[in-house]
Formats: sequence, structure tokens, C-alpha cells
Amino acid sequence: MPEDKILLAHGSGGKLSHDLIQKLFLPLFLNPFLEPLDDSAEIPNQKERLAFTTDSYVINPLFFPGGNIGRLAVCGTVNDLSMKGAIPSYLSLSLIIEEGFSIELLKKIISSIHITAEEAGVKIVTGDTKVVEHGAADQLFINTAGIGSIKEGTKLSGKNARPGDGILLNGHLGDHEMAVLSQREGFKFQEELKSDCAPLNDLVRKMLDVCPAIRCMRDPTRGGLATTLNEIASMSNVGMVIEEEKIPVRESVRGISELLGLDPLYLANEGKLIAICPPDVENHLLDTMKAHPLGKDAQIIGRVTEENAKKVVLKTLIGGHRILDMLTGGQYPRIC
Amino acid sequence: MKFVDEFRNQEIAKGLIEKIKEVSTRPIQLMEVCGTHTVSIFRYGIRGLLPEQIRLISGPGCPVCVTPNSDIDFAIALCRQKDVILTTFGDMMKVPGSTSNLQKEKAEGKDIRIIYSSLEALRTAKENPGKKVVFFAIGFETTSPTIAVAILRTKEMGIPNLFFLNSQKRIPPALFALLQSTQIKIDGLILPGHVSAILGTAPYQFISKEFSIPAVITGFEPLDILQGIWMLVRQIEKNRPEIEIQYKRIVKKEGNPLAMEKIEVVFEKADGHWRGIGRIPESGYRFKEAFQAMDARVFKVEVEPLKEHPECLCGEVLQGIKTPLECRLFKKVCHPENPIGPCMVSIEGTCHTYFKFYQP
Repeated sequence: MPEDKILLAHGSGGKLSHDLIQKLFLPLFLNPFLEPLDDSAEIPNQKERLAFTTDSYVINPLFFPGGNIGRLAVCGTVNDLSMKGAIPSYLSLSLIIEEGFSIELLKKIISSIHITAEEAGVKIVTGDTKVVEHGAADQLFINTAGIGSIKEGTKLSGKNARPGDGILLNGHLGDHEMAVLSQREGFKFQEELKSDCAPLNDLVRKMLDVCPAIRCMRDPTRGGLATTLNEIASMSNVGMVIEEEKIPVRESVRGISELLGLDPLYLANEGKLIAICPPDVENHLLDTMKAHPLGKDAQIIGRVTEENAKKVVLKTLIGGHRILDMLTGGQYPRIC
Repeated sequence: MKFVDEFRNQEIAKGLIEKIKEVSTRPIQLMEVCGTHTVSIFRYGIRGLLPEQIRLISGPGCPVCVTPNSDIDFAIALCRQKDVILTTFGDMMKVPGSTSNLQKEKAEGKDIRIIYSSLEALRTAKENPGKKVVFFAIGFETTSPTIAVAILRTKEMGIPNLFFLNSQKRIPPALFALLQSTQIKIDGLILPGHVSAILGTAPYQFISKEFSIPAVITGFEPLDILQGIWMLVRQIEKNRPEIEIQYKRIVKKEGNPLAMEKIEVVFEKADGHWRGIGRIPESGYRFKEAFQAMDARVFKVEVEPLKEHPECLCGEVLQGIKTPLECRLFKKVCHPENPIGPCMVSIEGTCHTYFKFYQP
């Protein structure tokens, strides 16, 4: 029987598992840390502080315009490290595959993981594969964990925002959630809508190089901009005023949001970041962001305030004000 | 975005607010009938832009919110039948019945499917000939023509296994009942845009003629609403109540006769039961004789005894008598994850809108 489907035996640790590792994973991921194939990867001790994070990816559908679950699994973890100002170095890769999953699709996803890891300059140093019975998982789930090093002097935290600080965003909101949703529901657009899924570590490195005074960075993934800003406002015990007209949102995302009653400020992103910095450096930081391909549509979208502590106020398009609260209830499930 | 951005322009908004301030001389209360208006008013911070003497009150206009408990219980009883597939709009899933809701029933394995158009129910019925498919039909006049068309198609195509649990409501009789109960003073009505696109102005004439209250059929963008308010204030100040149309790009004086005709072929007027408010004469529909075979209410099912949360104020909120802030459950026990009353469920429910946007 030709092996075009994943069998339970591919995860059993026996011959088929061995073949899968040798033929599919190793040729792409091979590096000195992975190569011994011991139970753990051995990583040299570093003098700098380490950042360590993990995330699981259960997105449905697995392939969407602008990416797939593999690219997402690398970007998500790389971006979480980057938001601490860390330089991402090593990732683990753990797969939970449903029995019967297409090997062809798995190859595509693994290849995409490889390409994205190269793009981000990170190495896959350890991994695991489990296969579960049909129906016990939906096609493929991925977990990645990541380690990065934090340079001396970098000190990013959601607790650091101060009144007067500028709030910067690197581009259009909502592309990821809307691309996934439109793929799932079969919406069509005049302009092709793609997920913004991308590794942000290069942009972050350049931002920190020119502006080490950045106080805080976050990637507005699930819950969107509104939820992330609320988290920071709460952690730093400050208020924020955001200007609706400064927030970049694509026509197609706005259009479909209107139709479905969704708010782009709550839509998930996978290649966006919010940076908060002292007012005297904000324009310099904005220019740096705009010079990078992943920040060309960057904007200063608002300011940290002393009043309205722990609240985010939105100045609306017509000049009214309202509270921008956290996301309550889900918008849509399994978007990352 | 074309045809939308034009209606969210800050400069024009400022101009309209100035015009409202110029004509407004005394304290007034305006009611926005439709939940979509309530959301827009909060979303764009319109209350804060108006002079203090103009107070906006939210009305009964959310079809999810006014669906009575007993109908939710009936739908739950239906979906518990082994051979039934229940189809409905997504907003209905979380609406609390007496002891359960459709979301819980679905989690327990009942076959409940969310659809976006009533015609999808036809497809479900054709694909599942061995099952009885029930469409839980809610909505105001905006939705009723599409439901009527679905029923006509079902009959034309001879689909034997599709039934409709009808809980549709009519807006004008509800407004009549609201204005008749003198519990709150209403100086003007912001009438719903899309319901009126079907109805036109004729069914609203009693508002100005019998109650001497000005009313303006208004669109949903912020500039629509500001212009609608300005037109209302102007009528009030001149003491010349009539039914005006602000939303002229969508609403014609005569409404949509073709859509009305479809409704009239299938349904006749009947008393409607509104959650928290009660029975309102002629505010609902029942099937005409030729279509009664499709009425899901003929099913003999055991419906649980009716139970309402004694402290829920949805009834008063729907009538504009109380605001969600006056409800003891609001934000404490009742929130979007655990809605006690229906106004917290629908994204256009007044309690949900207050929860999301209102902070003192």
C-alpha cells in the first residue's frame, strides 16, 4: 500500500516514525543542535538573559491566504519572543497528527516551517510527533516553544507605559482573522485579502537599535488591538486615548466587518505589533518602522494618559468618545 | 469605503451638531426604536456630542431580545426530538429559555445548525429527507419577506420535511402599545431604517396623528442619526408632528410593495408575545390556512414549565422605562458570557450595548 496517509504507526516510535524523521524532518531542519537526535537538545549557556515561550496552533483551515498552520507556528512563537525584545534562536516543534492525514499536505506544512524558520533566522532544535486515532484531533495541531536572548539594557514590559508616551502600530488591522474567516466561509473580495502572518524579529531588532528607550511591545493577536491596549493600560495603571481615524484598516476588512457586525479593533493579527515609547523619540521610531517592509503603513495611533487609569478611550471618526473595552465572548474560534 | 465614509465625516458631524444646538430650546427625550441605532449611537459616542437637554432612550427593536421565553422553550423541546434538525440564526443560540438554551442543547449532541439565510433551511431539508427540519423564524418586517419566500418555495418544491417555528414580530403595533402606556414621556421617535424600507410611511401615521409625536425614519450611519435627530428637534420645536424620512437613499414613502405582498400571501396578523412586555394585539403573524401544514407548532412536544429570572429587567429595558444600569443583575451576574436576559445576548440588545460601550 502506498504511504500517502499518516498511520498510527507513524507516531509509534518504530520503523515508520524513524522513516518520517529521516526522510521528512531531518533533510530540512538539520543543524548541529538537532543532529545528535538525543532526547534533549544541548544548547550552549549564554551570558544574556533568556526569554522562553510556548504556544499551540489549532487553526482551521490549515491553509489560508497568506500562510498555513506551519508558518503560523513559527511566526507566533518568534513574535512572542520578539515582544520581550529577545533575539529568537531556538524552537521546538511538536506535532499532533490525526490518523489518515495526507503526507503530501504534511510535507507542504513542514516545508513552510523550514522556510519561515530560515526567514526568521531560528533553528528547530528538538521535536516530537504523535499520531492519534481518527476523530481524536482535527487533522493537525502544532506546538512550538522558543528561546531567545535579551540584550543588556533592553527592558520591555507591559508595566512600563507612562503618561505622555506615544502608541505606535506597524500596519493594517484584522487581515489575519478576516483572511481565515473568508477562507472558511467562502467570502470573495475584489482585492485579495491575505493573512499578515510574518516573523517580526527583524523589525523589532531595528526598532530597538535606533530606540532602546521603547517601553513596551505587544503583538495584538487574539482579542485584537482593543484587548491588547487594555492589558497594557491595566498593567501600567495608565489611561490611553486612541484616534479611530489614525488606525489603518483595509477596505475589504472594513467592508466584511460591517456586514458581519465585527469590529476590526478586536480582530486577530499575526504580523502586527504595538510599541509604546517616550514622546521625544516617537517620530524617529515611526520613521524606522516605515523604512521596514513590515512597518511601511505604521502610524502613531494615540497616547498614554494619566486620566482614565486602566481604561482605553477611543476618539471616534465623528469626534465622539467612547470606552474601548476588552473583547468579551469570542468573535470566532480556532483562528490561530 | 465608498458609500460609508461619506456618512462618517467629522466636519459634517460638527456642522449637524451645531444645527441641532441652534434649534434645540428645551429638554426632550427621543427614543431610538431599533437596536442597530443604539449600537451606532454608542459606537460613535453620539450621546456625548449632543446638547445635554437632548436625552436618547433605547427602545424595543431587537428581534432576538423580544422572542418570548415560551418560544425558546418550545424550540428546545423540538430539538430534543430524535428526528428533528433545528436551524436558526446564530444570535438565538445563547438566548436563555426557562432552564436551558440552544447552545447547551447543541453541546449535549442535539442537531442544531446555525444558518445565515432562511433559504439555507430548504437545502438542509432536501439533504436530510429522513429528518424533520425546523427553522426557528424570528425577525421584524425586514426579515419576514425572506421567510415568506422560503415558505412559498418550500410549497412550490414540495419539500415535505421542512417546518417553521414562527416567532416574527411587527413593529408598528408594538410602537402603538408603547405610546399608549404612558409610563415614559417620549417627545420624538427615531424610526428604524430597514424595517421602514419594507413598510414605507403609511403604517406609522398614527404616531403623529393620534399621539402628536414627531417621528423620523433614520439611517444607521452616524451622520444619518445626527441628521435624523436634527429633523426631530426641528419638528418638536415647531410643534408640527409628522412622519419624515431622513434615510431617503433606501426608504421610499410607499415602502416595498412586492415584499409586503409576499408576507400577506403567507401570513395573517395575529397577537404577538414580546418577552418581558407580554401580548400585544396584531404584533405578530400566524400562517394562513394554505400553509398551516408547515407550522412547527403542530408538533406534540413536552415543553417545560415557564420560568423567568425574577430580577431580570429586560421587559422594562425594552420599553425604555429602565436602563440596564438600574438592573441589579447587570455586569454582576448578567454579562455576555452568562446572559440572564435576552438583551444581554444579541449584539444589538440594549444591555449588551451598554455592557460593551458604556462606562460612567
